[in-house]
Amino acid sequence: MAGLRLDGLAHRTLAPVDLALDAGERVFVSGPSGSGKSLLLRAIADLDPHRGEVWLGAEPRSRMTPPVWRRRVGLLPAESFWWAETVGAHLPASQTSGPDSGYVNDWLAKLGFAPDVLDWSVTRLSTGERQRLALVRRLAQRPEALLLDEATANLDPVNRDRVETLVETYRHEQEAAVLWVSHDPEQRRRLGGRAFVIGDGRLEPET
Amino acid sequence: MDANAPASPSISLIELSPWDLSLASLLVLLLAGLSWRLRLGVERRVLIAAARSAVQLSLVGLVLKLLFAQTSLPLIGLMALVMLSVAGFEVMQRQTRRFGGPWGYGIGAVSMFLSSFSVTLLALTVVIGVEPWYQPQYLIPLLGMLLGNTMSGVAIALDNLTRHAWESRGQIEARLLAGQDWEQAIEHIRREALRSGLIPIINAMGTAGLVSLPGLMTGQILAGSPPMEAAKYQLLIMFLIAAGTGFGSMVAVWMGSRRLFDERQRLRLDRLTQAG
Repeated sequence: MAGLRLDGLAHRTLAPVDLALDAGERVFVSGPSGSGKSLLLRAIADLDPHRGEVWLGAEPRSRMTPPVWRRRVGLLPAESFWWAETVGAHLPASQTSGPDSGYVNDWLAKLGFAPDVLDWSVTRLSTGERQRLALVRRLAQRPEALLLDEATANLDPVNRDRVETLVETYRHEQEAAVLWVSHDPEQRRRLGGRAFVIGDGRLEPET
Repeated sequence: MDANAPASPSISLIELSPWDLSLASLLVLLLAGLSWRLRLGVERRVLIAAARSAVQLSLVGLVLKLLFAQTSLPLIGLMALVMLSVAGFEVMQRQTRRFGGPWGYGIGAVSMFLSSFSVTLLALTVVIGVEPWYQPQYLIPLLGMLLGNTMSGVAIALDNLTRHAWESRGQIEARLLAGQDWEQAIEHIRREALRSGLIPIINAMGTAGLVSLPGLMTGQILAGSPPMEAAKYQLLIMFLIAAGTGFGSMVAVWMGSRRLFDERQRLRLDRLTQAG
């Protein structure tokens, strides 16, 4: 698997960022609200106009079509949106049936869901359920790098731990680089690793 | 078949005198008065719109009189261009969220140009077989009917597209993040927009003749044409309008949805500006 490298990435409120994540490394980003953390992740996923380049291993983003890039570098936004009727319809068909469906069922179980949740109507889901299922949805596209935006913000401690464990398991097994925006200092301390802060429009190591 | 038909009484056009028109305009005044009395607040707009229609129609009457006397292609082309540019402006005016810059005007105008002009041309040369094809008696009313209806269809479809894209930003971006390309991500909104642009003409065709006589047929009958001839012309026009509106809406929705995304397939709602 491949590392993720930001090369002079800058958006409206953020000075150019150079940051390299090794394959399988997790890096936290925090900062006051409105500082541009989410915009940084959106820029990496190429959702907004911005400057700079991003590399996945030896491959530059500009050499990939946007759909391929967004599949390989998966962004999990803070608020999850659903466009189809059932939960399962949002996952790649190859992941809900056939040989690969085992992974999805395993992830669902780790987050406390039965496999039949895939048949549930999205309107039935609570906010917390949506947030957890959005993670499964993202993992099901097998990203080589993960961008998490407040992935545990609305969860109770039990489910927060479940999500943390699942992300860590995926990171180790797939050697995926994980860039995690989290406002929770407890979480950053508990999981460890490198941490950065966005303040005054620049990204700096957290002290 | 006309052999068996009873000899139609010679219907001739009764000319309207200014007196007849002022009688009819009293009704509008009455409406404005009522609006004032009931505090509906539209009396000014009723009066202005009525005055506008009086001035515009008189002017058009004069211009057409001039055009019909000449049959000059450049003059007719100029007239067609004026009609198109006004229609383009009208489409832009009806957008809650319109595209910024030249696109706000261009998408509507180009799609109406492509559909209305080509359908009119086809009708004149192939269907009706007018000689020369730009004979203004046929060209101007046909084009007017087509532009007027295509204008509504395109305006509704574009408004629907941009409004729903704005409201469904989250869903569209969620689809992009799931690795869908821009066409998949906007597909459902596009389909809905297209449908909304087509509904009026579908409804009009479905109820034609049952609820009301369509405008063109009414006019022809009032002007003394045999009802069956009037019905045939009305049918022709309806088919042309359906085609023109449909193709026009398709072009507009395609161009509009393309413009909502950039070369890196990002949803660019910043290209929309809010009207008013």
